[in-house]
Amino acid sequence: MNERYELNKNLAQMLKGGVIMDVTSPEQACIAENAGACAVMALERIPADIRAAGGVSRMSDPKMIREIQQAVSIPVMAKVRIGHFVEAQILEAIEIDYIDESEVLSPADDIYHIDKTKFRVPFVCGAKDLGEALRRISEGASMIRTKGEPGTGDIIQAVRHMRIMMSQIRQIQNQREDELFQTAKELQVSCELVQYVHQNGKLPVVNFAAGGVATPADAALMMQLGAEGVFVGSGIFKSGNPAKRAEAIVKSVTNFNNPGLIAQLSEDLGEAMVGINEQEIDLLMAERGK
Amino acid sequence: MIGVLALQGGFIEHIHALDKLGVANFEIRDLNDLERNSLDGLILPGGESTTIGKLLCNSGLFQRISDLIRNGIPVLGTCAGMILLAKKIINDDRLYFQSMDISVKRNAFGRQLGSFFAIENFEGIGKIPMTFIRAPWIEQINDASVQILCRRDGHVVAARQKNMLVTSFHPELTNDLSVHQYFLDTF
Repeated sequence: MNERYELNKNLAQMLKGGVIMDVTSPEQACIAENAGACAVMALERIPADIRAAGGVSRMSDPKMIREIQQAVSIPVMAKVRIGHFVEAQILEAIEIDYIDESEVLSPADDIYHIDKTKFRVPFVCGAKDLGEALRRISEGASMIRTKGEPGTGDIIQAVRHMRIMMSQIRQIQNQREDELFQTAKELQVSCELVQYVHQNGKLPVVNFAAGGVATPADAALMMQLGAEGVFVGSGIFKSGNPAKRAEAIVKSVTNFNNPGLIAQLSEDLGEAMVGINEQEIDLLMAERGK
Repeated sequence: MIGVLALQGGFIEHIHALDKLGVANFEIRDLNDLERNSLDGLILPGGESTTIGKLLCNSGLFQRISDLIRNGIPVLGTCAGMILLAKKIINDDRLYFQSMDISVKRNAFGRQLGSFFAIENFEGIGKIPMTFIRAPWIEQINDASVQILCRRDGHVVAARQKNMLVTSFHPELTNDLSVHQYFLDTF
């Protein structure tokens, strides 16, 4: 388990500084790869459409995921419902590179997350604060992303979640060692994980931003706030010119501290996804799975 | 002064390794980084070769770095870095610097479930820990001047030619600094 867990954290390290894009077909996967995506997330419907369609949303058809695996050479990820360990077993059986136990799909369990230590394949999980992130890590997640609010094109929640996580990390860094036990109790996590954060000033796994990224500026904003890479869901294939926008977001993540270049990248991208403000939505996906 | 290509992937791990060895280094993100610093060696890190290749070609860095490599600057390529240097890639049409006489197979050990950790003999160093992540291998050596440095299950996973050193595995992911030391000492 330990060696496998290290290898799974290592793969996330190799994704750093990159953009992981939601795709719903082999054609979209090729567009993403050619634009410079460091991985793709294979799913039947992007979050904006899941939101629009309503109803129960589940793991995608394994056949469709396999077609995407065959179409591209970069890592392929796919989503399972929170707590649905059989969906995860299926994805492991088709040798997925990363499983996203995701609040974007309808949760299968309102109490328990998947025991990710039982799997050889790596998991990424969403979190809105440090407690959620560390709880997912203790369940075996080898990568974390902010939840944000998927399918909205509204960056406010991703910003909120990343700011909370980073400020909690800074607070723990500044605590006395004898205060860490109480912090562990408050966060409902082990002392070891809190001590790691205290000593290293970061999560023990790679931390990406997700949920609401729609423009190169959004992506750079998340990087400047401390994300190590970015997931873009609906933002690319719900926009007017997916290939161009995808490429611009990839370059923006690499050059997140170069406003002159991001200005150029932001030109003539065509229509961004329409977007929904957080006050206008009925369903807060980020409230699923704590 | 060692420049580490910092477009995408595991560049910070190389920088930490160089820091531990007390070697001055800097990140290369654009041409200005090369103008500002003198360069004695170059590291091409792991990551996704398609992503790094795309970002290279778009930034104007490609030609400059290609010239540096051809003019003999020492270069260490790990995993994706090996793919960037290869003259041929067996299972991909996309080629990059095409400076080393090797044919590389991408993701040769399989997907993430095929990733593994091993201890193997590295010529000139001895037995060292190696982390292979969706790793490539060298399928074919196309020139007698390429020297094989390490094999795993019969497949070539490290080699050198002229100013170039390549590994399928990630020396930057373990605490063992001997491959970086070897690069600094012998190139």
